[in-house]
Amino acid sequence: METHEEKPIIYTMENKPIVTCAGDQNLFTALYSSLTQQLPKEPMEWRRSYGRAPKMIYLEANFVQFKEELLPKEGNKALLTFPFLHIYWTDCCDTEVYKASVKEDMQRWQGVLRLHGSVDWLIVVVESDNKKKNKTNILPRTSIVDKIRNDFCNKQSDRCVALSDPLKESSRSQESWSSLLTKLRTLLLMSFTRNLGRFEDEMRTLREKRTEPGWSFCDYFMVQEELAFVFEMLQQFEDALVQYDELDALFTQYVLNFGAGDAANWLGSFCEPVRSWNGLLLRRPIDMEKRDLIQRGEASLLDLRSYMFSRQCTLLIFLMRPWEVTTRALELLHNCVQELRLLEVCVVTGALDCWVFLSCLEVLHRIEGCCDRTQLEANSSHTVGLWTYATEKLKSLGDLCGLVSENGPDSEHLNKTVDLLAGLGAERPETANSLQSPYKKLKEALSSVEAFEKHYLELSHAAMEMYRAIGRMRSARLVGKSLAEFYMRKGDPQSAENFLLDSLKSYVSESWSLPLTHTRKQIADCQKQLQKMDEYLQTSALLASDANMSDEERKHFCQEILSYAGQSAESNDARVALSMSSFTRLHELRFRPASALVHVGAALQLELRLCSLMPVPVRVEHLSASIHFSLEQPGSTAQKRALQNPDGTVTFPGASPVSGSPALELCEIQEHSPSESVLNTAGVVCKNMHLLMRVQDSATSLETPATAPAPLAVEEGAQMLKADDVTLLPGNNSIVFNAPSQKPGTYTLRQLCASVGRVQFVLPHIYPVVQYEVYSQEPQLTIQPLTETLLAGLPQQVKFTILTGHYTVKKGDALQLSNTDSMPVLHSCSCSARIISSSGEPVCESALSIQSSEKVTSISLPLTPPYHTLEFLLDVLCHIPACPARGESDHLTNGQISHRSRRTRFTSGSTLIEQKVSVDCPWSIYSTLVSLSFHVPFKVKHSLLSVGRRKFIQVCLQNVSDTKFRLTNRALAESQTPALELRSLSTEAHSVVFSQQCVFSVWELRWSDAPPLSLQCVFSASFAPADAPDADLKPYSYEFSVERVSTLYSVRAEIRPPTGEQHCRTGALCRLEVSLTRLTEPSDADLEDEELSETEGLRTSRLMYEVIDNHSNWAVCGKSSGVVSMPTAAMATHKVHMEVMPLFAGQLPFPNIRVFKYRPHHASVTQPDTDSCVENDSVSLLDKAVEDHLDTASLRSRGSVQSLGEQPARGVPMPKRQAFAAGQVFTGTQGRQVLVLPASDQHLLELNVT
Amino acid sequence: MAVCIAVIAKENYPLYIRSVPTQGELKFHYTVHTSLDVVEEKISGVGKALADQRELYLGLLYPTEDYKVYGYVTNSKVKFVIVVDSSNASLRDNEIRSMFRKLHNSFTDVMCNPFYNPGDPIQSKAFDSIVSAMMVQAC
Repeated sequence: METHEEKPIIYTMENKPIVTCAGDQNLFTALYSSLTQQLPKEPMEWRRSYGRAPKMIYLEANFVQFKEELLPKEGNKALLTFPFLHIYWTDCCDTEVYKASVKEDMQRWQGVLRLHGSVDWLIVVVESDNKKKNKTNILPRTSIVDKIRNDFCNKQSDRCVALSDPLKESSRSQESWSSLLTKLRTLLLMSFTRNLGRFEDEMRTLREKRTEPGWSFCDYFMVQEELAFVFEMLQQFEDALVQYDELDALFTQYVLNFGAGDAANWLGSFCEPVRSWNGLLLRRPIDMEKRDLIQRGEASLLDLRSYMFSRQCTLLIFLMRPWEVTTRALELLHNCVQELRLLEVCVVTGALDCWVFLSCLEVLHRIEGCCDRTQLEANSSHTVGLWTYATEKLKSLGDLCGLVSENGPDSEHLNKTVDLLAGLGAERPETANSLQSPYKKLKEALSSVEAFEKHYLELSHAAMEMYRAIGRMRSARLVGKSLAEFYMRKGDPQSAENFLLDSLKSYVSESWSLPLTHTRKQIADCQKQLQKMDEYLQTSALLASDANMSDEERKHFCQEILSYAGQSAESNDARVALSMSSFTRLHELRFRPASALVHVGAALQLELRLCSLMPVPVRVEHLSASIHFSLEQPGSTAQKRALQNPDGTVTFPGASPVSGSPALELCEIQEHSPSESVLNTAGVVCKNMHLLMRVQDSATSLETPATAPAPLAVEEGAQMLKADDVTLLPGNNSIVFNAPSQKPGTYTLRQLCASVGRVQFVLPHIYPVVQYEVYSQEPQLTIQPLTETLLAGLPQQVKFTILTGHYTVKKGDALQLSNTDSMPVLHSCSCSARIISSSGEPVCESALSIQSSEKVTSISLPLTPPYHTLEFLLDVLCHIPACPARGESDHLTNGQISHRSRRTRFTSGSTLIEQKVSVDCPWSIYSTLVSLSFHVPFKVKHSLLSVGRRKFIQVCLQNVSDTKFRLTNRALAESQTPALELRSLSTEAHSVVFSQQCVFSVWELRWSDAPPLSLQCVFSASFAPADAPDADLKPYSYEFSVERVSTLYSVRAEIRPPTGEQHCRTGALCRLEVSLTRLTEPSDADLEDEELSETEGLRTSRLMYEVIDNHSNWAVCGKSSGVVSMPTAAMATHKVHMEVMPLFAGQLPFPNIRVFKYRPHHASVTQPDTDSCVENDSVSLLDKAVEDHLDTASLRSRGSVQSLGEQPARGVPMPKRQAFAAGQVFTGTQGRQVLVLPASDQHLLELNVT
Repeated sequence: MAVCIAVIAKENYPLYIRSVPTQGELKFHYTVHTSLDVVEEKISGVGKALADQRELYLGLLYPTEDYKVYGYVTNSKVKFVIVVDSSNASLRDNEIRSMFRKLHNSFTDVMCNPFYNPGDPIQSKAFDSIVSAMMVQAC
């Protein structure tokens, strides 16, 4: 009876649990078919011992006629043939018949069962209505059943079941059927549980005996397998698999123990030499041949393992777990190889390879047999291991049998092949008809070189494709690499190359140096065979510099390059350009001088430090660096040059491993403007931006130096740094280049190229940027004071600096200084010039000759080479202009001095004279204008002093320089008034003036006739620095004029105590009497000046007086100011009285009395000068005075003055007051004091005041 | 015990690789490099099953006839690979795990060293001695 198995090749155990049938055979035969159909229809729960989970199980049974032979004899442990249940069928319904024959028969049956200790039995009584009709003397229906129960089932009444009308379609019949089936199932399960339990117990007991000497694994294997069979029979594949797994583990443990020195006796049979290696056989459910071998104890290890695996495989496929098969298969194959090794089993070389190869293919075939294509593709990760393993094994078989070599197998190989094929035995019948059986494949592959190649390629490509499909690129490449090795041995480098390059790429991109070296070596071999010289040399260069290689190998590859380079290039193939990076590593580039900035024609050296990676010294014919020249001006490239260290070195970044993104390299830049040393910009620059960006763009481009030698074009630049005939020793080398510097501009190093014969090593880009600059400089002259400031009037030293630039100072070259009167050049004989080289070292010192003519001073220069500095000192003197350096006298100065030579300025402290010198230089047709600033050391002030009619002139001279001066010969001269006598009141002729000190001199004016109206005076003195007593005295003069010299008015005042008092007292009103006296007749000039008016035929001038006490000593009571009309006659006097009150006691100075010219409004319409406008408060004071004098004009003016603040634009006439010139009014009260006594009663005082 | 121990950077270049001197170093380099395929496969697989994200041990990467290759990946995707001899069947999963744990601890110490530049090959003597102990420790 077939089960649900669809695939015919998969064998199902035909076995089902055996149930015997005794009694009425005809009756059973009639019921047999429905019984076998009905029994598996419903599942039954199987509760199991040892805590195993209960299972729902569909039961089937194999019903056989009861025979005594079926019952197992004592000691027979076969489970498969074990009858689990015995049924007795009867349809007896007649008590007589029962008593007569049936009971007896049953008793016999029972006896037999009892004899064999079987307790699993059942009696089925079939009741049928047909029979009842035939019988007349019917007993009650149940009586027979009851009788049987009574007779046989003394305690187990359930062992007897009645089945009513089984062949009829009635509900009763259904019911009785179902109860029978349930009973049957229950009893079967009970029997299973009991019998299997007993079996397992016995099995365990047997297992426990495994340490006993006579124990045999094979025997035990058979026992446990019996259990597995039963589980399989019950379709409990999981449980069946567990049995095999347990056996597997047990065996493995024994092998391991054997390895550890604990050898079991029975293992001896497994240690026999392997004689057959015909692979796994998975097409049969049970490989009975092998099973027999095991049973007989004659199985080899491979037999046992093969058999166990085939059983496991079958069960796993039943369980729909084909992928576990592949995993287990790989494990098994590895394990078997290991176990054979461990057990030291003697195996013919190659036999295991055959076995593994066949087994792999067998497993794959088996899996392919039970899965469809899409499933297989989706799960290639499970199968690919087997494919690869098979490929490997086939390859090693190929090696063994000489199928890989170019020449094909020799006789020894053929013998080997024959031996191996013999071990395969005959093909099994299962696969005999299949065209693609593993057996046929292996046989074919080993039969000829071509067939081997075909099969090997097929397997390799299959494995590679599968690896690619599941994304295991590295594994795919490794297979590809072994394929490449195969091709190489077959002498087909063309096919090998791509696989090798593919692998190489992977190792380069992930920097696995050892595989990289190994693969590269293979590639070198391949390229050499292919005669790809460029690539071969590049690879050789990389290998020669590879530290993973031995010295001999490196030397070999280096020699390959050198010998190629040494061949004469007669053939027309051009030179070979290789990457420099494999040849040398650049360390550092050093500029000498360090600034990398030289003038045209100067020597600039570059020292290149590099590390040669070659294992032997290499003689390089030329080592050249091409240069890019640009006309950029120095300074504009400051940013780029900031990459160079300040000490003139450029450090090349070390070859770092491919470690993701390189670190950020930042540096600070400061750009100075080329002309001045002013900082233009400052910032931070990322030096390796291009690297960072490149890494982001594509991670693979890092390989370019190694794998892409194509773009190594040698630039033929016009300019080159070149070093000829250099021998690079292994390790560090230093090469010095002389850099060209003929033209000014920026030179950038572009490429580095080392030529060795026909081979050139090229570094296409030098990074970081290496630049140097050549500049050309115009000659330049600067004149600077030697001291901080230059003083006018004294000889001063100035320093001439000539930067020769590109100009060579020839013989006869001279500087022509145009002379000016105000600043002569004082030339001393001992004048010498220093010449300094561009690096700041003094070269020589030579004398200067200076010739002066009327117009020019000529300084002949010594011979100076270009780009040197010439320095010398010159004494100059700047005359102080003999005039007061005041604003209006500037014009005068300009008139005296040539238009371009001199300008005077006033600074805060001292007067500044700017002196311009025009210099004609030999290198230029244009004159150079140089400006020098001189400070005048003195500042002079004058003043006119009066005492009544007597007049004095005071001159104050202040030293504003920092130098101490000796001052003599102070004199004052007047030029206009001949009858004037100037009498000096100063006594000292000599004086020393310290810095910031003043010297005063006073002269009295005396005249014989009319007093002079104005004076033109000249103050002169001689001075010399006080520190140098020998120095010549230099003159200093100061011109000034004094106007309105004579005194017009004299003001006197008296303060009188109140009447009856002796002295003034505080708080008491005192009388102040002011008398204004006209001293002289007005002269013509005065008349013009003064405002005169005719009043009653008398010419009068108006004066305004004002009494102010600035020190609050006095309180002026009543009017404090007023306007008086003074007759313009000599000695005309006007007296004014007013009341003042002293506020303090003591000697109080008089209050100030001031006199002004008073101008009524009509006179001043033309000049609305706000400066002289009467202030508000003084006008209000004025008002009171006006009351007395009843001046209508001033009354009118009151309103207009008040409105002044509001409407100043109206131009309303206003009264004005105008001060007299110094000396025109003599105030006699100045310095006078009056005694004031304290008030007798303080309180009274306060009252009075308020 | 182990025949080869390797530490591989996130970018799959070797930070440290050491093998027993008796056998070809090159072979182990190939083996470890190829094992990265399976490591990557497992890492991406782990991503799918979120539950196992904290499990750093990747288990047996792949067996060969002679060796078993085990993998482990740190949270920063640095991979550890241990290759053991297939004949050394007494080595249980737990022992491999504890080897990886030890390795990880020592690696963490290396990373904590302020003078170690992450991404550079490991040259720590302490790490070296831990690795040596794991390679020598024959059972």
